[in-house]
Amino acid sequence: MKKIFSRPESLRDVSTHYCPGCGHGIAHRLLAQAVDDLGIREKVIGVAPVGCAVVAYDYWNFDCCEAAHGRALAVATAIKRVRPANIVFTYQGDGDLAAIGTNETIHAANRGENLTVIFINNAVYGMTGGQMAPTTLLGQKTATSPRGRSADKEGYPLKISELLAQLPAVKYIERVSLHSPQEVLKAQKAIKQAFQNQIDNIGFSLVEILSPCPTYWEMPPNKAVEWVRDIMSKEFPLGRIK
Amino acid sequence: MKKILMTGNEAIAEGALQAGCRFYAGYPITPQNELIAYMAKHMIESGGVFIQAESELAAINMVFGASAAGARAMTSSSSPGVSLKQEGISYMAGAELPGVIVNIMRAGPGLGNIWPAQTDYFQATRGGGNGEYRTIVLAPSSVNEAYNLMQDAFDLADRYRIPVILLGDGILGQMMEPVLVHNQNPATNGKISRLPVKEWALTGCKGRKPNLAASFRLAEGKLEEHNIHLQEKYKEIRDNEQDYEGLFLDDAQVILVAYGTMSRIAKGAMNKLREKGIKAGLLRPIALWPFPVNAFTKNLGPKIKYLVIEMSYGQMVEDVRLAVNGSSPVEFLGRSGGGVPAEEEIIKEVLSLNEKDI
Repeated sequence: MKKIFSRPESLRDVSTHYCPGCGHGIAHRLLAQAVDDLGIREKVIGVAPVGCAVVAYDYWNFDCCEAAHGRALAVATAIKRVRPANIVFTYQGDGDLAAIGTNETIHAANRGENLTVIFINNAVYGMTGGQMAPTTLLGQKTATSPRGRSADKEGYPLKISELLAQLPAVKYIERVSLHSPQEVLKAQKAIKQAFQNQIDNIGFSLVEILSPCPTYWEMPPNKAVEWVRDIMSKEFPLGRIK
Repeated sequence: MKKILMTGNEAIAEGALQAGCRFYAGYPITPQNELIAYMAKHMIESGGVFIQAESELAAINMVFGASAAGARAMTSSSSPGVSLKQEGISYMAGAELPGVIVNIMRAGPGLGNIWPAQTDYFQATRGGGNGEYRTIVLAPSSVNEAYNLMQDAFDLADRYRIPVILLGDGILGQMMEPVLVHNQNPATNGKISRLPVKEWALTGCKGRKPNLAASFRLAEGKLEEHNIHLQEKYKEIRDNEQDYEGLFLDDAQVILVAYGTMSRIAKGAMNKLREKGIKAGLLRPIALWPFPVNAFTKNLGPKIKYLVIEMSYGQMVEDVRLAVNGSSPVEFLGRSGGGVPAEEEIIKEVLSLNEKDI
């Protein structure tokens, strides 16, 4: 019998710490699959964020580096410049990439660093208990926006991908989602593309992944994916941005 | 070998390049701007990477990444900028990544001014960032010594997998002095020098198990285990890496203690005091951490007085008091905010200390 589906070599055989229905597990697997498919596992150096994915390196079976909260793209910039023959990526959440690390994100993108960025947008700070993120939707209730995010006090959901797309050195940005098998397949394709771009020396490539957080959205997992499909993806439209 | 007239900032940069530094990231701040400019000009010729970072935070975290990837990496700044770098230095200490951080100190607190000072001694020698860690701290007193100490800084950083701080002040950074430039030992990954190969470096996991560079240790007991390992390493450094210069310590009855620029003024005062028949000596710590405790314990007794002189209101003096531990009197003279204790002030202070005895 022919085996058509198995755990990628780039993914370790360990139990997960993520909540039921969380998107990180899917995203980790998609990334590992892309690394395997491109045959780059022995060349990859991953940079893990601070946030729910802080121990992403416990799941990935290749070289990894920690970064202080928000600094992943500064760390990755240096690794890639020192080792241009390696394939370097960051994996960051919305707080990491678009709040505390906005400066590092914009400047790494503006320098056109030949890096791959996987950006998990779940509209909330998960690791610390469900506080408001830069990408929290208007009206969305969180631990630190208990009456719902208001535009006049907290501003609008930050569309960092659209913002980065304005920079001439940015080569590829696509927003994908994990809310259905069809969308997961599109996410897989986009991640692979973002790595292929680096292999081809094309330059800064970012994939934004809309990812469910049932725990801090206070929804069962099936409702959480519906919320991504019906509400979140209206604010953050899917597809190629650049 | 040739003799070149250079500023301290340029000599530090050249010393780093000669020592095999192949990654520099920095952010402009006075009074260390000649250093970043020298690196911008000469790093590429050395085959290395120069990045003007978007912030001090980015610069130190780039050093974190470059070091994790196996390069000899450094950054430089001045006091307010070094405060911003403390995050990255703490992470490097936790992840046991080598690296060199140059602090050409200016007066504070806050934005302070751009005049020279020695007021970051506590920050440099006590860790400076969150958590409990140490960094090796070297304090040159001349431009030529600053040049030479860069080799030591990178070697110590690699040997102990620890961040090393080169602590100078605005005078040292800005003044020009002759430097004997020579090809030092560009140790890289242990191939040339006696240093161990960086087997921990992130190079891609071809032919080996994946490597991880991280300070995070969440599992129960793991952080304590790691911290005990760090403390053992710090003890080894305390035992082996104390460094100082002593002048007339064998007969001195008044020992002046000063580091960096301040030690040169103290040396002038010592010479004039000896001309007056006063048995003065000078103890100049070259390593501020580990503090040269052994130099003090060799020179103790009620007849030996110490006078600590700093461009601060009293920081290193605390380490001197800990080293002397009550066995000799320890006095202090210091200024900060732009003022530098002058030779005459030191002489006057020593003479008044002697009068107090009578």
